[in-house]
Amino acid sequence: MTLIALVKRSRRSLFSALFATALAAASTTTLAGPRIEHWTLESGTRVYFVESRALPMLDVQIDFAGGSAHEPPDKAGLASLTRSLLDIGTEGMNEQEISDAVADTGARFGGGADNDRSSLSVRTLSSAAERDAAIALAARLVAAPTFPAEVLERERGRGIAGLREALTRPATLAARRFNSAIYGDHPYSRTTTVESLQGISRDDLVAFHRTHFNAGSATVTVVGDASRDDADAIARALTRALPVGTAPTALPAPQLPARSTERIPHPSAQAHIAVGMPVLSRDDPDYYPLLVGNYVLGGGGFVSRLTREVREQRGFAYSVYSNFQPLQVAGPFQIGLQTRGSQATAALAVVDEVLRGFIAEGPSEAELSAARDNFINGFGLRLDSNRNILEYVAMIGFYRLPLDWLDAYPGHIAEVTAEQVRDAFVRRVKPEHLVTVIAGGDGDTAPTAAGASN
Amino acid sequence: MLRKICHPLAVLMAGLLAGTPALANPFETTLENGLKVIVKEDRRAPSVVHMLWYGVGSMDEPEGVSGIAHMLEHMMFKGTEKIAPGEFNKRVAAVGGRDNAFTSRDYTAYFQQIPPEHLGEMMMLEADRMANLKITAELFRPEVEVVKEERRLRTDDNPRALVFEQLMATAFQAHPYRRPVIGWMPDIAAYTVDDAIDWHKRWYAPGNARLVVVGDVDHQQVFELAREHYGQIPASAFDRARIADEPPQRGPRHTIVKAPAELPYIALAWHVPTLRDVHNDREAYALEVLAAVLSGYDGARLPRRLVREDQVAVSASASYDGAGRGPSLFILSGTPAPGRTVADVEAALRAEFERIRESGIGEDELKRVRTQAIAAQVYKRDSLMGQAMEIGYLESTGFSWRDDAAMLEGLRSVTAEEVRAVALRYFDDATLTRAELQPLPLENTPAGQSPVAQRN
Repeated sequence: MTLIALVKRSRRSLFSALFATALAAASTTTLAGPRIEHWTLESGTRVYFVESRALPMLDVQIDFAGGSAHEPPDKAGLASLTRSLLDIGTEGMNEQEISDAVADTGARFGGGADNDRSSLSVRTLSSAAERDAAIALAARLVAAPTFPAEVLERERGRGIAGLREALTRPATLAARRFNSAIYGDHPYSRTTTVESLQGISRDDLVAFHRTHFNAGSATVTVVGDASRDDADAIARALTRALPVGTAPTALPAPQLPARSTERIPHPSAQAHIAVGMPVLSRDDPDYYPLLVGNYVLGGGGFVSRLTREVREQRGFAYSVYSNFQPLQVAGPFQIGLQTRGSQATAALAVVDEVLRGFIAEGPSEAELSAARDNFINGFGLRLDSNRNILEYVAMIGFYRLPLDWLDAYPGHIAEVTAEQVRDAFVRRVKPEHLVTVIAGGDGDTAPTAAGASN
Repeated sequence: MLRKICHPLAVLMAGLLAGTPALANPFETTLENGLKVIVKEDRRAPSVVHMLWYGVGSMDEPEGVSGIAHMLEHMMFKGTEKIAPGEFNKRVAAVGGRDNAFTSRDYTAYFQQIPPEHLGEMMMLEADRMANLKITAELFRPEVEVVKEERRLRTDDNPRALVFEQLMATAFQAHPYRRPVIGWMPDIAAYTVDDAIDWHKRWYAPGNARLVVVGDVDHQQVFELAREHYGQIPASAFDRARIADEPPQRGPRHTIVKAPAELPYIALAWHVPTLRDVHNDREAYALEVLAAVLSGYDGARLPRRLVREDQVAVSASASYDGAGRGPSLFILSGTPAPGRTVADVEAALRAEFERIRESGIGEDELKRVRTQAIAAQVYKRDSLMGQAMEIGYLESTGFSWRDDAAMLEGLRSVTAEEVRAVALRYFDDATLTRAELQPLPLENTPAGQSPVAQRN
């Protein structure tokens, strides 16, 4: 139960701690996804389009294969900085003119950079004048950013200040250490530091932009009040001034880490705990068994084993969860929780027992069927807005998943057996590779409340 | 460049404001026991949001049990005479749904998002816990520990949250807005089972609730389902406690929070009017426009001047919470850039205010605020949850969902002179509360770079 609203886990972003920038349906009763139209422009840009005429608005997203995994090793933060500085200047416009122009169209620009991709999204009214102005502006930002040196220095300073602030928070310390520990030398281990930010030059930004913001590797997704011809024109407008470019080199699969436990001191009341390892890629053959299994383990909120054992039975945490984040190559599996420092060891022991038990035995038939029911019956709910559809379709396009990925999804879920789940967890979530990071909790010196550890 | 399509902005606007037949939706009825039911049909996808809003929040709590409204919200998932603990969540999950709840100063709300064919079952469950909630000591004690962890997470380890908690506690001395929604830790530790039982008994009645349903439904069928499930609950009288009015402030107040952080932070709050009459409270609309002109987008006055041009701050913003059940504050806040002080930021925030007092605002700024408001009116219709939230919020804070159009019109019609007038009238030091974060250095070596590592 939340006090305010559920906080969506944000994509990794340089400014996320202090300066979170605004990131901003048609479905039938049979289980089918939205009708996705797909074509490829001469430049190589892949276009994905879902027509939805119910509201006079349009959502557009352009994705580039330019996430943090594509940064040079000593330039951590370059992808995020490049993406976030697209709007500090473009040929013929300074940052104030850009801000005013966005506001004057009524459009909302969003996006960011994660491990794999850099994205710009535009939500606009679909009336021609507003839409054309918003798309034309987005095209200029994507194609011709000028990265003015003075503004770059100011934003670098803000970025460093934000990072230093974030480094005073145990949640940040745990997340950064966890990510470095599970990925070792792999590109997914890139962790922005004050030094890496200081070492990024304007030339680095220009080069990163020129290399990765290209038409050949771009996907454009359009959802809303538009025709196919409109969508085609939008995709062309967004990519016309981009070089064709070349696709980035493929990422290697990460080496699995050795089991470890690390403690980071911090005077907070709560210890922030992360347990996990790299596991899941977007096209992973174990995708559905791991997804369904995770629901039972810690993905299903109040009906998951972790919530039942850690929160409901013992009152150890407000939030405890597990998730798989599928990426181009093995993305993280993570169990997370926060608990008062004095009971961190006891809470971790419960987590360990739940995880071991689940890996050894897999889900019960009742748990499996409850998990499948939730995924299958909730299929339509997850596609009930243009925003949700845009996110799914952009993901399908970027990762080159089959166009019928959404249509096939309920069927894949229905086929998952308890033995497949158990087998997938045994093979993929191995105790000898699990990394544990515990940050903070040193400020909690009081004894644990009686009766809370029954 | 692109082919012209329908929906010119002007036509859209007229539709929104003139009350076209489309505005017969939402639909409203009131059951005999006093439960108000509001249904908005939105048939784009097989999905429906079912929300029950109780007209009670932390502002209704007596001394000594701050946060009990929120604590009860947690206990609402712990079972009834016929539904076992945890069963509620299980049944929502089984039909593919998601559910949760939230508590604010003004209200407490519960929601499920589900496929439409399961709406009746949700109503059965929600009505059951309104009438038949069972709270046992066995389930209460661990949940108190959960709430303590929630407070540690949200507030105790969160320096900005501590600043706002102290800001409210200082700006309000009589009105219950001075207490945090989640409650003070000593109050949480002292809760008894009876505190929760009494709270439920007193406030969870059909006459103190509004049911909001938005999605792929027919409103007549929803009304029938509501009668079937909620209609059986007898009406019950409940006394609304008298809420203390805040007496006038007679001079500036100042509060300081010391907590581990890198950068200091300053928030300045003034007592200002609240929107009550949607047709005539022009000042509330002017204050809303003032906040938007100051920080409504990344090129607005505060980010432009303080962050971009003068570089005295790394962030700066203005906010106005002008439509709650209780009184309102207008808050300016900012984080100094490295090497600058909170005094520098405060001076810069005040200087920007002075500029508006002296010279007013431009027509281009007003037009931008209007454009944003009109676009937001369209965008919000993409989310069922957002639409349900808006209806429930208006209904729970003394307005009607019907006021939406009047509120947009109120905002659109604000003049530059009205904005300048409120800037001149309400921002005297006598009603100012200043809250400051003074960072405590972390003694450890820069953590995250050299953690203490143990291998096992």
